[in-house]
Amino acid sequence: MTNQTYRTDSLIAEDIDAYLQAHQHKTMLRFITCGSVDDGKSTLIGRLLYDSKMIFEDQLASLEADSKKLGTQGGNIDFALLVDGLAAEREQGITIDVAYRFFATEKRKFIVADTPGHEQYTRNMVTGASTADLAVILIDARKGVLTQTRRHSYLVHLLGIRHVVLAVNKMDLVGYDQAVFDAIVADYRQFADSIGINAFTAIPISGLAGDNITTTSPQTPWYQGPSLLAHLEQVPLNSTAAQTAPFRMAVQWVNRPNLDFRGFSGLVASGTLRPGDAVRVLPSGKTSHVARIVALGGDKPTAVAGESITLTLTDEIDCSRGQVIVAAQSPLEVADQFETTIVWMDDTEMVPGRAYWLKIGAQTVSATVQAPKYEINVNTQEHLATKTLDLNAIGVANITTDRDIPFAPYGENSDLGGFILIDKITNRTVAAGMIHFALRRAQNIHWQATEISRQDHAAMKNQKPCVLWLTGLSGSGKSTIANVLERKLARMNRHTFLLDGDNVRHGLNKDLGFTEADRVENIRRVGEVAKLMTDAGLIVITAFISPFRSEREMVREMMQPGEFLEIFVDTPLEHAEARDVKGLYAKARAGVLKNFTGIDSPYEAPEQPEIRIDTTQTTPDEAADMIIARLIP
Amino acid sequence: MTETTLTHLQRLEAESIHILREVVAEAENPVMLYSVGKDSAVMLHLARKAFYPAPPPFPLLHVDTTWKFQDMYALRDRAAADAGMQLIVHQNPQALEQGINPFDHGPLHTDMWKTEGLKQALDLHGFDMAFGGARRDEEKSRAKERVFSFRSANHRWDPKNQRPELWRLYNARKAKGESVRVFPISNWTELDIWQYIHLEGIQIVPLYFAAPRPTVTRDGMLLMVDDDRFPLRPGEVPEMRSIRFRTLGCYPLTGAVESTASTLPQVIQEMLLTTTSERQGRAIDHDQAASMEKKKQDGYF
Repeated sequence: MTNQTYRTDSLIAEDIDAYLQAHQHKTMLRFITCGSVDDGKSTLIGRLLYDSKMIFEDQLASLEADSKKLGTQGGNIDFALLVDGLAAEREQGITIDVAYRFFATEKRKFIVADTPGHEQYTRNMVTGASTADLAVILIDARKGVLTQTRRHSYLVHLLGIRHVVLAVNKMDLVGYDQAVFDAIVADYRQFADSIGINAFTAIPISGLAGDNITTTSPQTPWYQGPSLLAHLEQVPLNSTAAQTAPFRMAVQWVNRPNLDFRGFSGLVASGTLRPGDAVRVLPSGKTSHVARIVALGGDKPTAVAGESITLTLTDEIDCSRGQVIVAAQSPLEVADQFETTIVWMDDTEMVPGRAYWLKIGAQTVSATVQAPKYEINVNTQEHLATKTLDLNAIGVANITTDRDIPFAPYGENSDLGGFILIDKITNRTVAAGMIHFALRRAQNIHWQATEISRQDHAAMKNQKPCVLWLTGLSGSGKSTIANVLERKLARMNRHTFLLDGDNVRHGLNKDLGFTEADRVENIRRVGEVAKLMTDAGLIVITAFISPFRSEREMVREMMQPGEFLEIFVDTPLEHAEARDVKGLYAKARAGVLKNFTGIDSPYEAPEQPEIRIDTTQTTPDEAADMIIARLIP
Repeated sequence: MTETTLTHLQRLEAESIHILREVVAEAENPVMLYSVGKDSAVMLHLARKAFYPAPPPFPLLHVDTTWKFQDMYALRDRAAADAGMQLIVHQNPQALEQGINPFDHGPLHTDMWKTEGLKQALDLHGFDMAFGGARRDEEKSRAKERVFSFRSANHRWDPKNQRPELWRLYNARKAKGESVRVFPISNWTELDIWQYIHLEGIQIVPLYFAAPRPTVTRDGMLLMVDDDRFPLRPGEVPEMRSIRFRTLGCYPLTGAVESTASTLPQVIQEMLLTTTSERQGRAIDHDQAASMEKKKQDGYF
């Protein structure tokens, strides 16, 4: 097959102005190709690039040389080499998670998300699919619908991609047999129905031979549909639906160059906006009207979904980054508890109860994920019981945020319902999530304002409440120091309360064990109790190993600024183990006691504690005096 | 209600502006790397649109090698003034002192002036996020580059440790000392850039348009003799040819093409009918196989 061209070279040569005029009105389609190397995915993408002349002579020369050296096509051009990673890259074992390729035709510009698939497939495919308007699912005609076809289709559906193309590839290897094609399509339809994919377009192709790629092939006279490229050019974009939906825009940045101008900048998530429209700011609920849609070169009469704009309001109302401006008559829901689907993307597994940063729209809030209700087997779509989610696992779990956030279910709007989770210590993006709906209990429980405030409580006790958080290894001397400290404070007429790790586990936390998740929950509850006690005006002393930085930070954030003092009781492991007052280290070393901090469970030392006590140099009495000196200068 | 279908350029523009604003909202001390080329010109124009009526709330940084074309220096100063932005020019003092130049020092020239110079400038001013005008279609190793590319405290790029980017959500959090290079025009192609320059009337360096210029042919490249620092080899006599540049860098390292395209539509026309890739004119990519990959790991943009 000859090199088909996607553009009229004659027009370019004869009337470049006419060509440019036509090409400035091109639309854009983003799609993802799903399939493994064996399905001919790289060959297909390579062919699309080649046929659209995105490959230049110098690249072609190196491609021809590589094809002779490395190719699998007997000296012919191996298109797969165009898109497969660099040789050095493969040798170094660098993960290519998603590569983006570009080509254009007369009608459209295309961005292809290419996800070389292997063990990291779920994470990579979800990333590539998150921005795609369409998915091409490749099937090898000789093999039919496989487990991986089901996995790809499930992920495409999960990410809400509306257009699905079933490309039955390698038709040349089955003699362009219509019966083979029809059987595969029937098989796939049954499966698609079962997972909720309502419609798809099936096309018989050969990436290698070029059949039904850019033009319909004489080899498949029984196929009446469009070529793959013609279909990609014709697929309707989702702009109508997005523009007729109510207006929503997350405020990214408040533009305030001087006192006379206050603009709100963001990307329109849905709807159409005109000056004069009534709008509401969420979550505050304040209303106003749009004054102007401001742009370099002159104000705009309208703005639609997908545009980045700056608007001004007729009233001076509070509105900052992260808030969402919506059409006044159709506000968004606002909630702080949600059911979600979560795709775990980090090597470190999810820790239920731990606080992560959750970024949604232009807002970043603190959020905790509860233990998953179930994990989904991506190959069979079965629900499995689980306590956590590992790398590439997908599950359904409830999430609680530390404040109300405006949102839409992901199925309605991915900009307002899709989120990422970020580890607070490593700053890595550990998960992607999709909101299903808000949990009703969040909507029905309101904060009850009490008449006697925390200031009143503190004033009556004539002290400033705070939490003195002692952390350190088992046997480091936390409880001893805490006791001396409380005795001294009592003598100074301070109202205190000592929360001891062992004691709390006899009551409030007796249902918790020592796994990472249970340790997180243990600290969370203690934090909540300590917070209530500071509200009551008390000086709270806690003595917990509290081995993880994340949880200590979580408790710090619960408290009023300056009311949390982290005190690191720093004892070398050898010292603590040598003392072994309770005989626990001996048991842990013998393997009788599991998940013991310092032995088979980590202790993350504080990086910047307010106070560090070196117990090899300091007596408990001196330690208590150090803390009091800091507390009462 | 009538539907407005956004064109590909409108969608690209919206995405780039979104990225620019996201960085300004999350960075402590952002900066825009400005190389004076056509990609930089588009990026600067997008920044002006993103923050209008305010000027872009960050400075421009030009990591200068002292070997750029004279026309580039002229446009650089004018463009910064037009945008109402502060322009920071950094020249690596060691390279200056040692007289590092592309004629005598080969790859060391790029390493000292550009890679080291950039690191120095970022450290000197404490910039934590820097915009760059790289595009994914430029070559293979860039196709998989993130929009937000993380660098360790010593500016190294660790391809195994990059964050997944989903939807329009960019994780910009970082520890002290770490920095982020951000590429707002990642998804633009060379043709998109030219079309946008044409549509928006963006000023670019005149060297992109054909004109008679003094040239010599050396090692298969057509080089322009931009000033009298160009050491002519025995027998070499600069010859006037009608040339233009598809990409701009240090003049002794940037190959020209013979051309008569003196208007933007003619340039686009020539680009569409051409058969060699854009970066072919850059000596820097020919140094070694996978050279961009290597440079990136070392801290080059």
